[in-house]
Amino acid sequence: MGAGHAHALYVHEHSPVHRLAPQVKLAAAFGFVLAVAVTPREAMWAFAIDATALAVVVRLARLPVAFVLARLAVVLPFITFAFLIPFVGSGERVDVLGVSVSQAGLWGAWNVLAKATLGATVSILLAATTEIPSILRGMAQLRVPETFTAIAAFMIRYLELIAGDLRRMRTAMTARGYDPRWLWQARPIATSAGALFIRSYERGERVHAAMLSRGYTGTMPALDRRVATKREWLIAAIAPGVATGTAITAFLALM
Amino acid sequence: MDIRDVHFTYPDGRKALRGVDLRIEHGQRVALLGPNGAGKTTLALHCNGIYEADAGSIHIGALPVTDANLPEIRRCVGLVFQDPDDQLFMPTVRDDVAFGPANLGLRGEELDVRVAEALDAVGAADVAGRAPHHLSGGEQRRVALATVLAMRPDLLVLDEPTSGLDPAGHRELVDVLRGLSITQLVITHDLPFALELCERAVIMNDGRATADGATADLLADQGLLHANRLELPFGFDPAVARRDNRPTSPR
Repeated sequence: MGAGHAHALYVHEHSPVHRLAPQVKLAAAFGFVLAVAVTPREAMWAFAIDATALAVVVRLARLPVAFVLARLAVVLPFITFAFLIPFVGSGERVDVLGVSVSQAGLWGAWNVLAKATLGATVSILLAATTEIPSILRGMAQLRVPETFTAIAAFMIRYLELIAGDLRRMRTAMTARGYDPRWLWQARPIATSAGALFIRSYERGERVHAAMLSRGYTGTMPALDRRVATKREWLIAAIAPGVATGTAITAFLALM
Repeated sequence: MDIRDVHFTYPDGRKALRGVDLRIEHGQRVALLGPNGAGKTTLALHCNGIYEADAGSIHIGALPVTDANLPEIRRCVGLVFQDPDDQLFMPTVRDDVAFGPANLGLRGEELDVRVAEALDAVGAADVAGRAPHHLSGGEQRRVALATVLAMRPDLLVLDEPTSGLDPAGHRELVDVLRGLSITQLVITHDLPFALELCERAVIMNDGRATADGATADLLADQGLLHANRLELPFGFDPAVARRDNRPTSPR
């Protein structure tokens, strides 16, 4: 499904990873991130194993490596902060390339760098291999409360529309000679945010009327539920399984 | 559909309907004409009980529009909203078309058949997997119609179906609507469109139905049009247009 016009993070492919049921991928992604998050930061080799496992999945999903690396740029701001920690951190200090830095801070930076990069790669993988409607269905299958999935669905559907509204309002302002660039010019922006809220609220009322017109009674109908096979669950469990195993081993090794 | 002396006042005190009478027979296609603010959309929202009339009655067939009958009323009255962005809210076209029949309790293959049938009827089967906000204006409009057709309604109420459509989208919509053998109430101030599609027209102004007759006759009456803030496009002669392009009534 979904010929053309998928979301920007999606990579159109027909790989085994793309074919897995969305709920299975969601659970696997969550499990993997959880395992990485609790892995002790001193066990550097553990993160190497996790990274290798992810690299294998990226390969299986036939994602261009350049694409994944480009998307990984989102973690750069966090990493920049992480690099400040060794210089401002307290405690025992060590010399690295002639500069005195905090040892605890160094470990902290490494912790953020490794875990943020791995976590971001997991979400890039999930988004690149699963279309948004599938992700929403997967969430429903995992018994995520319907209210949440419905809110997420509406948000995705109307976000572009609201952004378009905002863009047009801004253009209209610029066209009449106003171009707010600085903080002290924020008043018109705040006013337009208010106008945007009213517009969106009224849109919500109209959408609700349209839903009622088609027999909506307060619960979204469950559509096209895809049941995942045992085999799919087993295959998807491999990567988070590796990460969990690594995390446990790392704990035991450090005890 | 039989609307009798319907009154409605908005919560802010604005009187939108001041005693509307309108009767549409089975199989008719009727244009509801009128200027902005005449109460056309308000009346449409009364047809399936979104708004409740302060006074008067509305019957769909033998069924009065009351709270107890709402599920059946909403099945048999298909309301197509003016802005497709209000009508299409699900992540994919297929899901959106399935929303109505799924609310009626259809599942599985039966549901798939309904969806395919409705999308075929408007010539939009090829966009089933797309997201509604990625469609062109004309496609959105036809898909919005499909979401309602999927409920197999007995009466279609279309609110300004041609607004914002380019000429080709306009043409496709006329063809689709002409091909449907369902009773239709078409709200519009696009007079050539009304003439092309509907033999009968009702003019509304200031919350009342002010004229009712053959579309060609109403449009030929300049005084009547002016009195109701309606205008024919420049150079458009209803007598000539009618000779060249006779509307055909369904069935």
